[in-house]
Amino acid sequence: MGIIKAVNLIFDYIRHDDEENKDEINHALRGVSLDIAEGSFVAVLGHNGSGKSTLAKLMNGILLPTEGTIYISNMSTSDEEHLWNVRKTAGMVFQNPDNQIIGNVVEEDVGFGPENMGVPTKEIWERVDESLEAVGMTAYRLQSPNKLSGGQKQRVAIAGVMAMKPRCIVLDEPTAMLDPNGRREVIRTVRELNRQEGITVLLITHYMEEVIDADRVVVMDGGHVVMDGTPKEVFSHVKELKQYSLDVPQVTELADELRAEGLALPEGILTIDELADSLAGILNGEKAWQSK
Amino acid sequence: MLRDITLGQYYPVDSVLHRLDPRTKLFGTLVYIVTLFIADHILAYIAAAVFLTAAIRLSRVPVKFMVRGLKAVVFLLLISVSFNLFLTPGRPIFTIGFLKMTWEGVEIAAFMSIRLVFLVMGSTLLTLTTTPNQLTDGLERSLGFLKKVGVPVHEVSMMMSIALRFIPILVEETDKIMKAQMARGADFESGNLIQRAKAMVPLLVPLFISAFRRATDLAMAMEARCYRGGEGRTKMKPLHYERRDRMTYLVYLLYFALCVAIRFL
Repeated sequence: MGIIKAVNLIFDYIRHDDEENKDEINHALRGVSLDIAEGSFVAVLGHNGSGKSTLAKLMNGILLPTEGTIYISNMSTSDEEHLWNVRKTAGMVFQNPDNQIIGNVVEEDVGFGPENMGVPTKEIWERVDESLEAVGMTAYRLQSPNKLSGGQKQRVAIAGVMAMKPRCIVLDEPTAMLDPNGRREVIRTVRELNRQEGITVLLITHYMEEVIDADRVVVMDGGHVVMDGTPKEVFSHVKELKQYSLDVPQVTELADELRAEGLALPEGILTIDELADSLAGILNGEKAWQSK
Repeated sequence: MLRDITLGQYYPVDSVLHRLDPRTKLFGTLVYIVTLFIADHILAYIAAAVFLTAAIRLSRVPVKFMVRGLKAVVFLLLISVSFNLFLTPGRPIFTIGFLKMTWEGVEIAAFMSIRLVFLVMGSTLLTLTTTPNQLTDGLERSLGFLKKVGVPVHEVSMMMSIALRFIPILVEETDKIMKAQMARGADFESGNLIQRAKAMVPLLVPLFISAFRRATDLAMAMEARCYRGGEGRTKMKPLHYERRDRMTYLVYLLYFALCVAIRFL
């Protein structure tokens, strides 16, 4: 059993009218089961309203499942007793960088989590130093968060989670409000944490470019998991992805179009280099054939 | 206009004043304010000026930051100066209609404005050299005794520190909404006071909605980081008095004694 295990999760948003009657029920998740291995980098894709953000919030007990159970390293989030341990184990980074920074100085914000956990002062400082170093923000530790760029703020938020020493980080569309530079910055940081510190990463996003390097891609639509596999496997099904209103990376799309025109390209091309190599292979083959 | 408020804007440099315990600085500000209000002689103002100048020099914060904080009170200053100038009874300098400027008025107005300027500069210096978190920490510790009578000291100080953190963000947001509405023809600058106040309504509605949304987000982020009130919480920067704090208290004592002496001489 992996670090995160979801069993048949169902979640409904229920809106009540003035007389406390159930007015409107929105089924955000309709039976999601997932098992995520420790140390892996998993990306969850889905367009708006697919239930991906709800799934993220269930993972550290901000929302509790209507039905089904979600286990974070064998602790059920629905179990009141384990709630704080769940939150310590699965840290969470949100979309809006401004609305999750509590401290007025970068280092104080990073120390906020450990303070809440009751970590002794000396250790808080060690953790803050380590976390800021890990996300490359040590030079800004005495700055006000308001003076940072979006990407930098998001890295501070990641450091704030890191300082709680989680085994897993859930990032709920951390790059949605950032410019392309900020996006790259954040994704690079997350990937490094995954590789160097061995932290399990669950990245929720709708940018295709960010999921190429993931170990596993989960596609959600209408509250269900509809596709699950390595990026190569998932991106081989260009038509199916489009049906879920998702784009594929440009290179993959180009390769797909070329294949439709009759070029013998393999499926699931994700990077420019891969495409270039395959094309070069085909061209060389043709030359060899012509010179015969 | 809104950008001129320097309250809650920490100026990050390393100085003696920055390193002082926030309780020391809070107490110092209190002493300073008290001495300003008991001052009734020019010597007392000179003492206050010396005290303030020394503090500013020690803080290594450029003076322009404190002056910037003054802009916000210029209006208040003007009103109180003119009231004092014309409404103080005494020996007249000249009269225009029913308005009579008096020598006593000039004197009171001058002292009044010095007092106000010193007051604002002193308290701005506190917020420039103390991070809002330290400040609220200091208040939390100094007022800790109120917890015994059921005042939620930790919660209030947390609220204050968050409010301070969001001031610049909301100011920026106001600016953005204003520009967006101006681009669509909204007029915030012309008309009389009532018209201008009315023009602000469409500004306040989106601002409030966004503030509520931010509050929900922030509460979620805090819970996700294991925040559950003041119980069982440790401090990254716990407060404890150092030698320099004891020295500073000594300086306060001397300064205060001096001001009291001037008052009763």
